[in-house]
Amino acid sequence: MTREITLSRAVNEAIAEEMRRDPSIILLGEDVAEAGTPFKVLSGLVEEFGTDRIIDTPISEPGFMGIAVGAAMTGLRPIVDLMFGDFLYLVMDQLCNQAAKTHYMSGGKLNVPLVLRTNMGATRRSAAQHSQSLQALVAHIPGLKVAMPSSAYEAKGLMKTAIRDNNPVVIFEDKLMYNDKAPVPEEEYLIPFGQAHIKREGRDVTLVATSSMVQVAEAAADTLSREGISAEIIDPRTIVPLDEETILRSVRKTSRAIVIDEGHQSYGVTAEIAARISEKAFYHLDAPVIRMGAMDVPVPFSPALEDITVPNAAGVADNARKICRGELIHAA
Amino acid sequence: MSAAKKKKHNTEEYLRMYTQMVRIRAFEDNANQLYLSAKMPGLTHMYSGQEAVAVGICEALTPEDKITSTHRGHGHCVAKGAHFKEMFCELLGKEEGYCRGKGGSMHIADQANGNLGANAIVGGSMGIATGSALTAKRLGTGHVTVCFFGDGATAQGLWYEVMNMAALWKLPVIYACENNGYSEYTRTEEIAAGSLTARAEAFGIESFKVDGQDVLAVNKLAGELAARCRKGEGPFFLELDTYRYHGHHVGDINRDYYRAKDEETEWKSARDPITNFGKWLIDQKIMTADELVAIDNEIAADAEAAVKYALDAKYPDVREVDMHVYADTAA
Repeated sequence: MTREITLSRAVNEAIAEEMRRDPSIILLGEDVAEAGTPFKVLSGLVEEFGTDRIIDTPISEPGFMGIAVGAAMTGLRPIVDLMFGDFLYLVMDQLCNQAAKTHYMSGGKLNVPLVLRTNMGATRRSAAQHSQSLQALVAHIPGLKVAMPSSAYEAKGLMKTAIRDNNPVVIFEDKLMYNDKAPVPEEEYLIPFGQAHIKREGRDVTLVATSSMVQVAEAAADTLSREGISAEIIDPRTIVPLDEETILRSVRKTSRAIVIDEGHQSYGVTAEIAARISEKAFYHLDAPVIRMGAMDVPVPFSPALEDITVPNAAGVADNARKICRGELIHAA
Repeated sequence: MSAAKKKKHNTEEYLRMYTQMVRIRAFEDNANQLYLSAKMPGLTHMYSGQEAVAVGICEALTPEDKITSTHRGHGHCVAKGAHFKEMFCELLGKEEGYCRGKGGSMHIADQANGNLGANAIVGGSMGIATGSALTAKRLGTGHVTVCFFGDGATAQGLWYEVMNMAALWKLPVIYACENNGYSEYTRTEEIAAGSLTARAEAFGIESFKVDGQDVLAVNKLAGELAARCRKGEGPFFLELDTYRYHGHHVGDINRDYYRAKDEETEWKSARDPITNFGKWLIDQKIMTADELVAIDNEIAADAEAAVKYALDAKYPDVREVDMHVYADTAA
């Protein structure tokens, strides 16, 4: 049976199901218990699992991140709730120097099975310190896995896989999608890491899009199809590990690619995926691979400014048209 | 317990403490020589002078109790039960090292004996130790975690965050600050305002100051605090007054600009933890001078043999370079 639920509900269900299955799972973070987080994603969990397992912490991100690492090394499976993705900067040492490296530095003897769930996404008028999409920052660090669900269906399946993974996994939920509904089976399912989803098949151009950018790609593809351009949409679902093969197979077929991600464009997720396509599908390409990330500016507050900093459907369609017409748009 | 049985029991404990302290000193003397003779890659931080801290505390713990260690971590590793051979192999980057040569001196870990690892970020393991204590409380294991760190690490904000949570949640963790008087190349007075114990007390954490050169005093206090942790009375803070004989690291040889030779000589001649404990064992007629020399010699020979073994041991196969980045997850 499949019903439509919100992304928020999907995350809540995934965590509740896993916590029922495995008593070693705990969840900790700021206002996760009675408050259920500011986004109310975790409402109801403390009533079922109690304050021993759904643990409200002080506003001490490095502290509770470090505690989660130690708990993970010694037999628990913590889920860390980081209220805003922007707070990643606060936990960098514990996440990148400790959690990410412990398994390697110990020659494989110590594991750190933890999930850091946090969010991303601009256009909520939250300004520069509550709007960033910092997935590239953690994807750069060997030892971390990075998941980016694009709908309620992915959010549930990827969260369950993340919780069962024996490594530190960072999951970015787009905070503008918490109320978006999608069909989600009532039966249990998991989405394996490193398996991209071909969201839509097409012939002329491949749109590789992460998280909410999948919706942007879909809107662009709708526009393009009315003009006779057939776009294929690939959702990597996890950027580490990355399902390179599905992306390359698509590009070999379409011979054109646009990579769309909401992180800053420079040195970002779009750059990495575009580079891999250029290196490994070079002779199949009819046009340069186009990156579309957020502008390289701190996210501005004013709606008039903020909206133009992130990729949108019109921009994607415009780029797709140009490369399909053979205009080398960046060749100046 | 009869008087005779008690005496025998204590004798074994004393002997272990003496032996473990001498083992640490022997390990460090050899590690220093490996560095000076350019046989060891990288550099390392000597624990010599602080032996009574690691041994006094670890002898009060069970193998299942956990510790987190620091960049100056060889002493903790030996004291928690590690073997010379695997330790020297790790220092030399060899396959048989505790971490298959991937960690080295600053990341040596021995999880089989409860050592969750040294840490090259000053204060970096304070969260890990507190999390380990959270596991113990949640799973009801009764295990205690000791978080070793130096006076320099008390300047890290992380400590205050995790002490707050440890106190709120009554976690079985002992924060053990080895105050050796120097934060790298700077005197502790210059980096630490007020009192360290008062900082922990501000969180309602019972705090103690102890002579870190007196292995019996350290052991007695650690034993009491570990027992109280097991009863749910933790966390605790311990400031151990001690001294590092070498520089900040093995290459820090000319250090007159921050530390006087006279001061070093004074600590080594009057307050050496091994010499003083040895004298006490002889005075108490528990051991004879000859017996202690025999122990010293046996340990020196063990260390020498382990060094030789490690020098001859294999490096890891280059194919291991990208192994252990990610742990396997059972399907």
